[in-house]
Amino acid sequence: MSKTTLTRRGVLKTGAVAGAGLALPTYLSAAGHEGFTNAPTGSTVTLGFNVPQSGPYADEGADELRAYELAVEHLNGEGDGGMMNTFSSKALQGNGILGKKVEYVTGDTQTKSDAARASAKSMIEKDGAVMITGGSSSGVAVAVQALCQEAGVIFMAGLTHSNDTTGKDKKANGFRHFFNSYMSGAALAPILAANYGNDRKAYHLTADYNWGYTTEEAVKTSTEALGWETVAAVRTPLTQTDFSSYIAPVLQSGADVLVLNHYGGNMVNSLTNAVQFGLRDKLVNGKNFEIIVPLYSRLMARGAGENVKGIFGSTNWHWSLQDEGTKAFVKSFGTKYGFPPSQAAHTCYVQALLYADAVERAGSFNPCAVVEALEGFEFDGMGNGPTLYRAEDHQCFKDVLVVKGKENPTSEFDLLEIVEVTPAAQVTYDASIFGGELGTCNPGA
Amino acid sequence: MDAIILQILNGLDKGSAYALIALGLTLIFGTLGVVNFAHGALFMIGAFCAVTLSRLFNLSHEVEVPGQTDFLGNPLKKDVPYLHDIFGEATGSAIIDWSVPLAILFAIPIMIAVGVIMERGLIKYFYKRPHADQILVTFGLAIVLQEIIKYYYGANPIPTPAPDAFKGSFDFGAMIGFAENTIIYPYWRLVYFCFAAVIIGAVFAFLQFTTFGMVVRAGMADRETVGLLGINIDKRFTIMFGLAAAVAGLAGVMYVPINPPNYHMGMDFLVLSFVVVVVGGMGSLPGAVAAGFLLGVLESFASMREVIDLIPGINQVIIYLVAIIILLTRPRGLMGRKGVMED
Repeated sequence: MSKTTLTRRGVLKTGAVAGAGLALPTYLSAAGHEGFTNAPTGSTVTLGFNVPQSGPYADEGADELRAYELAVEHLNGEGDGGMMNTFSSKALQGNGILGKKVEYVTGDTQTKSDAARASAKSMIEKDGAVMITGGSSSGVAVAVQALCQEAGVIFMAGLTHSNDTTGKDKKANGFRHFFNSYMSGAALAPILAANYGNDRKAYHLTADYNWGYTTEEAVKTSTEALGWETVAAVRTPLTQTDFSSYIAPVLQSGADVLVLNHYGGNMVNSLTNAVQFGLRDKLVNGKNFEIIVPLYSRLMARGAGENVKGIFGSTNWHWSLQDEGTKAFVKSFGTKYGFPPSQAAHTCYVQALLYADAVERAGSFNPCAVVEALEGFEFDGMGNGPTLYRAEDHQCFKDVLVVKGKENPTSEFDLLEIVEVTPAAQVTYDASIFGGELGTCNPGA
Repeated sequence: MDAIILQILNGLDKGSAYALIALGLTLIFGTLGVVNFAHGALFMIGAFCAVTLSRLFNLSHEVEVPGQTDFLGNPLKKDVPYLHDIFGEATGSAIIDWSVPLAILFAIPIMIAVGVIMERGLIKYFYKRPHADQILVTFGLAIVLQEIIKYYYGANPIPTPAPDAFKGSFDFGAMIGFAENTIIYPYWRLVYFCFAAVIIGAVFAFLQFTTFGMVVRAGMADRETVGLLGINIDKRFTIMFGLAAAVAGLAGVMYVPINPPNYHMGMDFLVLSFVVVVVGGMGSLPGAVAAGFLLGVLESFASMREVIDLIPGINQVIIYLVAIIILLTRPRGLMGRKGVMED
C-alpha cells in the first residue's frame, strides 16, 4: 500500500510543468526553439557525413564525401560557390550556416545497417553532429533515418531508391532528394513502349531485399499497364556473384525482355552474364531480345563496361545536363577533382545545401524548425528543374532522367546518354499509396 | 530435359572455379597441414594479375581530338596506347584484346612468388600451432590482402573482357537436336571449363608421374619417415604452396571475363570452397575436385525457378544442406581418409 502526500508547493510545480507541456505544440514554430539535440553553442556547427567508406560501395561513398567537402567549402564562402549561385533561394550567404562556420565529421556505414547506425550514433553523441546525411543503400537509409528520429536530429538521405524510405518507413525528421522505384517505373514505361512496343513478355531477376521488391513491383505495374506480360519474377540472393544459372533459363521461358532489378555488384555481374549468354543477339517472338536496368549508376555502369551499350534505365541526375545548376556543379566538382560527379555526389551536395538553406530560412538549427522550412519547399537551380519537397512524405518531386548506355563513349565517364527528361508531373503519385506514418518531428533533448 | 542439360552445363563452369580453389586448398592442407583461409585472396590476386596486365597493355599517352571538348569545355584528349605506337594499331589492339589469356604467363611467376613469400614469411611460423590459430592468422592475412587491392584498384568491379573471338555464346541445344535457343552456352565458360580440366589433370599428373610428386605424396603420407631418409621435405612443401597459389591464381585470371573482378571476390568463393573441401574429404585431391563439380551442378539446379517455387529459399542453402547430409552419412566426406584432422 502506498501513501500519497499532496502539498501546495508540489501541486504548483506539477501544474507548471504540465501547463508548459500542453502549451508546447503551439510554441513549436521556427526560430522559437531553444532546447534540442546538439544545439550549436560556439562559432561552429558540426554536420555528420555517414557514407560507405569501406565495403562494396566504397567508391560511391568516396564520391559522396567529395561532394560534401565541396558543399562545406561553398557554405563557408570558399571556392566558386557552385550551385549556391544558381539556387533559387538566396538565403545562403557563404558565411557558414547562421554565421557559424561549418565543420564536419565522417562515419563509415560499410553499407551495413548496424554499422551505419553505430557510426551515426557516435557522430551525434560524441561529435555533436546536428544533422546526419549520406549513404548508398535503402536498408541503411531506413535504419539511420529511424535513429535520427529517435535522437532528435535531421536526416538528409543520400542515395536511396526504395519506395519505403519515404513510404512505409518515412519519418518526420528524414528527407529524401533522390528519386525512387515508383518514379523509375513511371518514367521508363513510355520510353519502353515507344522503343519496344506494347506486346512484350518480361522476365524479372530481382535482388532478394527491400529495394529489389519495390523496384520489381514498380516496373511490373508500369509495364503491365502498357500491355506487357510478366512471364516470371525470380528472386536472386544478394550475395550471388554468378548469375548464369538464373539467366540461362530466360530464353526457355519465351520472354523477350529481361529486367534486371539489381544494383551495384549484382547489376554488374547479372548484366555481364546476360550479355555473355548472347541474349541481346537473339530474336524471340519475332522481336529483338532486350535488357532493362531500372536504376543506373554511372559508377556501376563503368564496372559493366561495354555491356551497358544500348540498355535503357533511369537515373536521378547526370553530369551532361545543360541547365545552369548542373553546369555550375560540374565545373566546381570537375575543377577540384578532375572528373565529373556521379549522381550520388549530386544528391548529397544538394541535400547539404538544402539543409543549410532551411536552417537559414528558419533562423534556427532546431530540427522542428528545419522540418517546417523544408516541408512544401519549392526550389530550382539545383540540376533537376523546379522541385518540390512534398510535406506529406518528405520526398522530392522533380524531373527524372531516362538514360541509355552510350554506343560510342568518349571517355570512361561518358557512358550514359540522356534519352528523355521525364517531367515531375508524370512521376508524381499520391503520398498515401505506400502507407507509413510521418509522425511528428522530434527535437530531442 | 533441355533444362537439365542447361543447368548441368552451368554447374560445370561454376564447379570448375570451386574445384580449382578447393584443389589448392587441399594441396596446402595435405602437405603442410595448414587450414589456409587466405586461399580465396590468392584467387583474387590472380584475377588482379589479369587486370594489371590489361592496364599495362593499355598504358597510353593523350592525343587531342580536334573539334571536341571534355566535360569542362577543354579540348578532348583521347588515350592512345603505347602498344599502338610500337606495333601498329592492328597488332597493338590484338595484344590488348588477348590480355586475359596472356595474363596466364604473367600470373604464374607472380603467384608462385606470392605463395612462397606467404609460406616462408608468415605461415611456416604457425605449423605447430592449433588449427584455430592458423585460421585466424590466414583470415587476417586475407583481409589485409584484399584491403591492399582495394587501396590500389578501388572498390568497384573492373571490366576485363575476354578476347573478341570468345565473346557471345553458341547454341548447344541446336547441335544436339533440341529447339533453337533452348540450350545456350557462352564460349568463354566452355574455355574456362576446359582450362580447369587441363590444370586439374596437370596437377594430378605432376603428383603421380614425377619424382618430385612422388616425394611430396610420400611426405603427405608420412612426413617424418621421408625426413629421416634425408629428403628436405619442407623445401618441397614450400614449392607445393607456391604451386597451390599458382593454381588459385590461374583460376582467378581466367575467371575475370566471366564476372568483373573486385577486391572481395576471394571471400565470395572462400567459404564455398571450404565446404567443397570438407564435402570432398579433408586432404583428398580427387574428393575436392569431385565435390567442386557436384556442388556447382547442385547449386545450378537449386536456382531453377521451378525448384525455388517448390522449395522457397533452396537456392541460398543448397550447398550447406548437401554438406550436412554428406557429413552425416559419410563423416570423412566423399573421399576422406582416416586420420586426417582426427585425434
